[in-house]
Amino acid sequence: MKNSGKIITKDLNLFIGKQHILKNVNIVVPDNKITVILGPSGCGKTTLLKSMNRLTDLYPEMVLSGQILIDDKDILKAGAEVPEIRRKMGLLSQRPYPLPMSIYKNIAYGLKINGVSNHKELDDKVEYYLRLANLWDEVKDRLREPASTLSIGQQQRLCLARGLAVDPEIILADEPTSALDPLSSNAIEKQFVKLKSSYTIVVVTHILRQARRIADHIIFMYLGEVIEQGSANKFFNYPEMDKTREYLKGAFN
Amino acid sequence: MMLQNREIRRLRDRLNVSWMIVILAIVLFLPLLLGLGLFVQSGLLLKELSIWNVLFTSQWMPMSGKFGLLSFILSSLMVTVLSLLIACPVCLLTAIHLTQYAKRYVLNIMHPVIDILAGIPSVIYGVWGILAVVPLVSKYIAPLFGVQTSGYTLLAGAIVLAIMIIPFILNILIEVFRSIPTELTEASLALGATRWQTIKFVILRKGFPGIISALGLGISRAFGETIAVLMVVGNVAKIPTGIFQPGYPLPALIANNYGEMMSIPMYQSALMFSALVLFVIVMLFNLASRIAITKFETK
Repeated sequence: MKNSGKIITKDLNLFIGKQHILKNVNIVVPDNKITVILGPSGCGKTTLLKSMNRLTDLYPEMVLSGQILIDDKDILKAGAEVPEIRRKMGLLSQRPYPLPMSIYKNIAYGLKINGVSNHKELDDKVEYYLRLANLWDEVKDRLREPASTLSIGQQQRLCLARGLAVDPEIILADEPTSALDPLSSNAIEKQFVKLKSSYTIVVVTHILRQARRIADHIIFMYLGEVIEQGSANKFFNYPEMDKTREYLKGAFN
Repeated sequence: MMLQNREIRRLRDRLNVSWMIVILAIVLFLPLLLGLGLFVQSGLLLKELSIWNVLFTSQWMPMSGKFGLLSFILSSLMVTVLSLLIACPVCLLTAIHLTQYAKRYVLNIMHPVIDILAGIPSVIYGVWGILAVVPLVSKYIAPLFGVQTSGYTLLAGAIVLAIMIIPFILNILIEVFRSIPTELTEASLALGATRWQTIKFVILRKGFPGIISALGLGISRAFGETIAVLMVVGNVAKIPTGIFQPGYPLPALIANNYGEMMSIPMYQSALMFSALVLFVIVMLFNLASRIAITKFETK
């Protein structure tokens, strides 16, 4: 494994009051791979993911210490440039949350915020990213309808397209298939595999089989601590830690 | 034995249900009966004068049989609209701050404070209006615009009314904004939007039906508020031409005169009709805001 990575955390700790949510987290997320953060529910996976693009700012009761380096810059020290940092990271949440506007505007929103105002350019980009997320053919005749009229699976792909449209370098996905049916889940997973050559993808999941299907790199967490991390091959075939072996046998499920 | 027991239980159950239906029916028909009663009582007036004459003329001379309600209706509308103009920005900004920026404990402190404000009897607001708002208007605000006035004006009424409806509207708005999932905010922020852009384009948009209904309910409450407004608004039966003029809202008309002029049947009937007008207008506001909710909710 290389020393450098796209995202590196150093002694990251997070408290909510006296609760110690993340305990000395030191991880390396490699570039252009799918990194899966794996672990049982409530082990801090989602919190770790949200701290990566400073969404933890929304919860004033969360206290962070340590470093999160993205391209060797500590984002926890960032001030005014936080929106720009967030833009570099597309977020896909557990359930799709389309913005309260039309399908078209859901994609155009991020573009407009980041300064695209030319109509032709907007039209082109909306189409491009809807195609990229494999949604264009299903929605091209109903772009002006509210996004809430789409099915959940379509909404999740819309959210993916929306995130990709602002040209991020990293995709953060928080159990992105947990609300979806198997077919839609499959579509999302395929998207990730397709996209990984141009993005750094971090997926949080508690589904072991999903991790086996898509992961290149694994970070295994348990009760706020990172137990083991490394390539997926090594993790699944030659785990080092007892906790990992227990988990792989299904002890925590 | 068992069977008997079960029969009794079933009977009791049925009895309970039918009682509930009776009570429900009373609640359901109460507003209808009220409106009907008012309508019947205003019959005498409407036999003598046309409804348009009453609604759209402003001469109020009960002794010579002239019952034009226009100045009262306009006074009511103006005080209500003015109070909403004052209350609306205050409520929106406060609710946004409390739900989007403030720490949790601030909201926890504010909630009971707002409830206390909402529970203060309106006569106290009225007294406070006379002691504080009326002098404020006559000594400071009106001179600013080069107007001389006693202070008993539409503006004073509107300020008092605004203070009264603020806790009411604020409570609904806080619930509206709190019910918007955090994930929606996260989604917008993750796209590189600032907090303010997120509020402007996502939160306000998502909360729009709720905002409309909060304001609508605020309006219907403001329109019917009687005692506090009556105490500061001047009560002169003339069409007000500016916010520094006294007004005479409908509820004040009824409260001031009902019971004094019972010997003149037409007068009583006219007051009943003004009550009906008040009733209908408040119902329409209520209905409109409810329609607005269902119309925008699906988006």
